[in-house]
This record gives sequence, C-alpha cells and structure tokens, in this order.
Amino acid sequence: MAIELYRIDDRLIHGQVIVGWGQPMGLGFLVLVDDEVASSEWEQELYRMGVPPELDVFFASVAEATSRLDQWNRDKRPGILLTSDIDTMARLAEAKQSTIRAVNLGGIHHRADRVERLRYLYLTGDEVRALQELDRHGVEVTARDVPASRPVPLSALLEGKGEEGAA
Amino acid sequence: MNDQPAIVLAHGQLAAGLVSAVEQITGMGSRFVAKSNTGLSGAELEQQLRALVEKTGAKVVFTDLPAGSCNIAAFRLLRDRDVVVVSGVNLPTLLHFVTHPNLSPEQAATEAVERGSATLKVTLGTPRGD
Repeated sequence: MAIELYRIDDRLIHGQVIVGWGQPMGLGFLVLVDDEVASSEWEQELYRMGVPPELDVFFASVAEATSRLDQWNRDKRPGILLTSDIDTMARLAEAKQSTIRAVNLGGIHHRADRVERLRYLYLTGDEVRALQELDRHGVEVTARDVPASRPVPLSALLEGKGEEGAA
Repeated sequence: MNDQPAIVLAHGQLAAGLVSAVEQITGMGSRFVAKSNTGLSGAELEQQLRALVEKTGAKVVFTDLPAGSCNIAAFRLLRDRDVVVVSGVNLPTLLHFVTHPNLSPEQAATEAVERGSATLKVTLGTPRGD
C-alpha cells in the first residue's frame, strides 16, 4: 500500500486527515514531517493524543524522512505523509525525486502576504513559484481538501479556475 | 463554583448549533461562547482561542473531534493555562454541565462527560410487518 497521499496542510493532523481521508483509505499510518515537531516530544505527544490508537504516527525531520521514505513505502498499510508548508514538501521531493510523484494541497490558510486561491488555500508569490518548480520536476500538484471535493490542478488554480464543487 | 462562561470550539457551525440548542432547552445558552475553526490555520485558531479564554475567563473548553484541529488548539492551552479540555462534546454533556453551576469546573466537566457518554445508545427497530 505504502504512502498514498503526500499532503500539505498547515493544520497537520486534524479531522479532514483522520476522518475525511483516513476512513475511506483504511489509513494505517501517518508520517508527520516537520523539523520543529520532530525535535519536540511535547508537540509529538500533542498530536498523538487525539489519534485513534490503531493508527501509527511517525514523526520525522526532512533529513530523517529522506532516509526513511523508502521504508515507509514498503509498509503494507496505506499511509499519508503530511507537511505543514510547501517548503518542507519541496525539500523532501527534491531529495527523493523519483519517489514523490503527486502532492495534495489540503489547507494553507490566510496570512497577510497571501492571496486567496480557494477558500482553504492562500498562497504567497514565493509559494506559487515553489509549486511551479515542483510541477516542472514532474510532480503532479492538485488542490483538494477532502475526497468528496473536485481536485483542482495547479494550472487551473493559478489561472483562477479553481471554483469548488463536489466531485 | 462553575459560574464562568465555557467555550464550545467545533467544526463548521456545530458549536453555534449546540449552544442554540442549550438556549432553547434551558435558557442558559449565554453560559457558553461558541467558536468555529472554519477558515483558520492551526496557529490562528490557537491564537483566537487564547484571546477568547483571556477575555471570558473560561475554565472549560469543549471540543468536538479528538483528532481535530479544535482539540489540538485546546490541548495547546493545557501547557500554560489552568483550563479543562473536554473532547467529543455532545448536547447532553453541555446540558449537564450548564445545569450544575454549584460544582467546580473540573467536577462539572467530569460529571458532564459521564452523563454525555451514557446517553449514546443504539436502539434497533422491530418492524411487525403489518
């Protein structure tokens, strides 16, 4: 099964991930890639507290994730890999170029320097360029907060054609 | 005494709906402050929740989904605030909580969870076929 979804979501572990995606996938494990969380036992405990006990959660820095990604992809259970920002996913994708073929934009919320693209997706100019760079390297980038939503390709998103609707 | 407002923090319009139901049943909906996570990042949600706790003096935060962003934002307060977090809130939980103002916030929350959990039940239909 391996990692079936590489998702960028600034809430990291939350309802859409555990229930919205996790239930239909029969999710077996989560990988949370974040340098700050990986260095904080308290943060890890915080994210573990609400997760169903049958679900494994692995925490890793980008460097650790780079070395362990192949191992996670040999796991027979379906998994989700999460990062809270584009930069972290881009660094991981660059380090594992042939492994990450598609990235899901699940939630990047409002900030003063960001422009709204979808109701759950706001991007700065630098973030747009980082996504375009991923696209140039053959990574399929789509926005989709939950499985019932229509996936919006990066090109449509940047052309302002990202109107939402049920699939 | 459990006489401070409590916060109900939930997805979508759930918190507002629960509080309106408490108001309809008891007339004590004003004891709760409803807050939604819609459109907020985890950091924004935590920031706004902290401001709400500061403003209201709330000692109890009710959240809906254990693995949800509301719950994680509330858990973050436990590190430095004297608050109680109740996960998996339902209407009977809030009703029991609000009708026991003589208990401490911790006692009221604990008893409300016991009551709220006990109200969940399955009842199977028995069609007679006539």
